[in-house]
Amino acid sequence: MAGSDRIFVKGNEAIAMGALDAGCRCFFGYPITPQNDIPEFMSRAMPAAGGEFVQAESEVAAANMLLGAGACGIRAMTSSSSPGMSLKQEAISYMAGSEIPAVVVNMNRGGPGLGDIGPSQGDYFQSTRGGGHGDYRLLVLAPSSAQEAYDMTRRAFDLAFTFRSPVLILGDAIIGQMKEPIVRCPATKADPAEGRDWRLEGTGSGKKPRAHRIIKSLYLMDGELAGQNKKLQAKYDGWKALAEFETFEVGDAELVVVAFGSIGRIAKNAVRSLRRKGKKVGLFRPKTLYPFPSMALEKLAKAGKRFLTIEHNLGQMVEDVRLSVRRHADSDLFCVYPGNMPSPDDFEAPILRALGRK
Amino acid sequence: MPKAQSALLAQADKTGEELAFTRPRSLADRATHYCPGCHHGIAHRMVAELLDEMDLAPRTIAASSIGCSVFLYNYIQVDTVESPHGRAPAVATGIKRARPDKFVFTYQGDGDLASIGMAEIMHAANRGERLSVVFVNNTVYGMTGGQMAPTTLIGQKTTTCPGGRCKDREGSPIRMAEIISQLGGTAFCARGSLDSVKNIRQAKKYMRQAFEAQTRGLGFGFVELLSGCPTNWRLSPVAANKRITEEMVPYFPLGVYKELEGDATCGSLIGAGEGK
Repeated sequence: MAGSDRIFVKGNEAIAMGALDAGCRCFFGYPITPQNDIPEFMSRAMPAAGGEFVQAESEVAAANMLLGAGACGIRAMTSSSSPGMSLKQEAISYMAGSEIPAVVVNMNRGGPGLGDIGPSQGDYFQSTRGGGHGDYRLLVLAPSSAQEAYDMTRRAFDLAFTFRSPVLILGDAIIGQMKEPIVRCPATKADPAEGRDWRLEGTGSGKKPRAHRIIKSLYLMDGELAGQNKKLQAKYDGWKALAEFETFEVGDAELVVVAFGSIGRIAKNAVRSLRRKGKKVGLFRPKTLYPFPSMALEKLAKAGKRFLTIEHNLGQMVEDVRLSVRRHADSDLFCVYPGNMPSPDDFEAPILRALGRK
Repeated sequence: MPKAQSALLAQADKTGEELAFTRPRSLADRATHYCPGCHHGIAHRMVAELLDEMDLAPRTIAASSIGCSVFLYNYIQVDTVESPHGRAPAVATGIKRARPDKFVFTYQGDGDLASIGMAEIMHAANRGERLSVVFVNNTVYGMTGGQMAPTTLIGQKTTTCPGGRCKDREGSPIRMAEIISQLGGTAFCARGSLDSVKNIRQAKKYMRQAFEAQTRGLGFGFVELLSGCPTNWRLSPVAANKRITEEMVPYFPLGVYKELEGDATCGSLIGAGEGK
């Protein structure tokens, strides 16, 4: 990692740079704290790269513009934060149903309602259970640093087009607003042939125009919708191998802390500090929230570990942790209430409590 | 050309008869789900004729909407993406920004465009998106069974205003062509009617101009079509046409509301060089 390549940026900027370097050429946004750096960056970067930036009239419109651009096979993105994400769910459901690739960023803030503008992980359920109406899932990537925010956003575009699905980056106000060094990789352009088998571009002139293409999620005929849902489920089942996670000091750990995103990083500091005090604790940090790294967690449970889930909400991911380890173990839960800003010191006591509870 | 048409033409050649009327190439050769007397068929044909006459079909992408015209893609044979209710102008914005070389149009009803999609249509017009919008106004939600629309006339009975629309309770019918004409990005805006042959011919001229506003890069093109819904109006097709003439046209006057001439103008975007 050459020092000269390192730049000092906010997580939000890292996401925008990741998108730009992945060949994103259309960005549709709407102002909402704490993600405004993303549309602000893109308002300059998109025209400069020969692309388009639109500040939409609403979150609803921005997400539907994304739907339109995605249907043309163009790498496109929108970003928002929690209240705005509620509004985007309509288009996200349609994109999932009609298999349109897109990248959506949620820099999670406190809720419910208007909540606050500080960090929160309160949108875990919304992110991992689909979010809008109907049965569908999104690939959900959860960065815990500006570098990961950059890398995951880049990767999100490849995943979106590989699987013809919206991909969600779930960060929070900490990841978005914190400045850290990152290293950008050489920019790539989207393959002009990307999506040529399905994208909308007109039937073409010449002697043999192809049949017209329809991108839709409406299936009224008997059995049609069931078939589409089956197809989607098979796609989601196929994602299992994409599950990613970080482990830290789990080898001889008696208690494994499970935490994601910014909280995962703060928990890592707590684990490091407790290790220095001789406590046998480790960390398991899911980097993909859907697919959830269930198999890896189950393996740890089978090896006799106990678990403590720490999250910045009232207990959401803990349900996935418990489902993963249910045959062998359970998980304790420590919640940081949205509205409070946690520090590593806050986590040591609950970790010790869980460690001491046999 | 579809096989059936070629056969007809060949037959006409043999008999010396002249085939005066054929199906536009862009219009599918199939029965529609529309009710008897519905004007969607005329509006669809008009779109298809223009796509063919203006040679736009091969590079057209349509954003269909929700309502009776949800199956647009089954009848007009161009690449089409289905939009959520009211969002077609936003979806079309995404399409046009992604592929400015394509011809992009939406086809929306009055519930879709003037109620749930009011923000999307207003802002797409205001930005001057190079889109063409076909707006079918039949004063009622058709697909869902005849509920009150924002365009429902005062006194008109529907399933959700069974006593007739009351101005004090439900507000006045919204006149979309007038509203759209006031917005800065609108290059062409007109209201036609499908109640008579004369009006249909005029409406097609308007639609052509709405398409040309896009192809000439002038801005947003909008054509409103007053249409009949005999089923939900509980009228015969003939009586429905009469209702358009006698009740709708006086409230929704026909004509051109805005026609911009000249070249496209657009402020330069802040690019890479800015701020250096």
